[in-house]
Amino acid sequence: MVDTAKKKEKPPVVESLLAPGHRACAGCGEALAARLIMDAAGSNTIVATTTGCLEVFSTPYPESAWKVAWIHSLFENSSAVAAGIEVGLRALGREAGINIIAQGGDGATADIGIGCLSGMFERGHNILYICYDNEAYMNTGVQRSGLTPFDSHTSTSPSGSVSWGNPTEKKPLPQIAAAHGIPYVAVATAGYPVDLQNKVKRALSIKGPKYLQVHVPCPLGWAHKPEDTIEIGRLAVLTGLYPIYEMENGEVTKVRKLGKKRLPVEAYLKPQGRFRHLFAKPEGKEEIKRIQKIADGNIERFGLV
Amino acid sequence: MSKPVGIVTKPGSSKANKTGSWRTTRPVFLHKDCNDCRICVMVCPDGVIFGSDSSYDADLDYCKGCGICARECPKEDIEMVLEVK
Ligand SMILES: Cc1ncc(C[n+]2csc(CCOP(=O)(O)OP(=O)(O)O)c2C)c(N)n1
Ligand code: SF4
Ligand code: SF4
Ligand SMILES: [Mg+2]
Repeated sequence: MVDTAKKKEKPPVVESLLAPGHRACAGCGEALAARLIMDAAGSNTIVATTTGCLEVFSTPYPESAWKVAWIHSLFENSSAVAAGIEVGLRALGREAGINIIAQGGDGATADIGIGCLSGMFERGHNILYICYDNEAYMNTGVQRSGLTPFDSHTSTSPSGSVSWGNPTEKKPLPQIAAAHGIPYVAVATAGYPVDLQNKVKRALSIKGPKYLQVHVPCPLGWAHKPEDTIEIGRLAVLTGLYPIYEMENGEVTKVRKLGKKRLPVEAYLKPQGRFRHLFAKPEGKEEIKRIQKIADGNIERFGLV
Repeated sequence: MSKPVGIVTKPGSSKANKTGSWRTTRPVFLHKDCNDCRICVMVCPDGVIFGSDSSYDADLDYCKGCGICARECPKEDIEMVLEVK
């Protein structure tokens, strides 16, 4: 018999603030992160979401998976729409106790929406901006973005006889956000769900503009098995390719150390079809060395070991 | 002049769409070694694992059969089986 007096009581599981029935692919890391984020934020939250998978899979008219107040902006301007909401609430004197979240994909955030986002930071709105980083424009068929990693195969950076895939490294968006002098910047991943939810709560407890970038594996675009979504997220961290950390007022205040769990980059690259070409030819070894250098650089820079 | 606008007033109305029909494999919760950690509940992308007190099950109306719950269960107490009709 279980000693019920000793066992901590847990209430039965309740349905998420992002309801089921939405059309995200099986195993979608973006759907998982969005659900965890909403449940961490709670029901007193207003959300503006850009065009992209998250918006398309959650709101096929006339249905909606959202159980909070939610608005679809354009592809580029959830930060501007949220800014209007925040200023409107303040004008009405009704801002107390309400979280405002603006969110979008990596394409929406790092490329087309970076101007609106920069303005939101500059004007000091009390908004949490969340970038769902699945490292390409997934909803339109996996085109590369400013957050696509080096050597990744996408439909606009195809690997082949003359190319190893995406020729550029990820845009340092967390650092660009921090350079605006905003109070809180964090990087998280669907691979560490508790850490992600803690960062959302921490962000929402701080007044002013906040930036949270979440690594969200995409089984379709990355060509990995749907059951591996969490594992792939963890491997990105454990290889040093996607360090997760917090910054307050421009300084790195907390990093997730790797210690003895550190792994070579192959462990992360191998299970993903978007890096398959690196293992198909002997010359791929040189490319993998270059990717290992990127990881080593992160490890050094953030003091991960 | 009135124009139709895209306003949805029913929160969570996506539940009209039963995604369980997508599934090719189904999680079977063995209820043998569950230690009540709720990792499966936490990691299900669709949020369709419900229950309490070491007794959890997927809502098969919505479960897409991704297999994450089975993969992440530290007690190997969830098994994926082929969906046959
Ligand atoms: C101004 C404008 N340009 C292009 C599009 C087409 N479009 C819709 S979603 C999308 C890609 C979204 O990519 P991302 O922001 O990374 O989100 P993801 O789908 O990957 O989650 C594009 C290009 C659009 N809706 N609006
Ligand atoms: S394409 Fe990727 S991001 Fe979009 S719904 Fe599918 S798994 Fe999620
Ligand atoms: S198989 Fe996937 S969708 Fe189904 S209950 Fe498990 S984690 Fe959820
Ligand atoms: Mg994207």
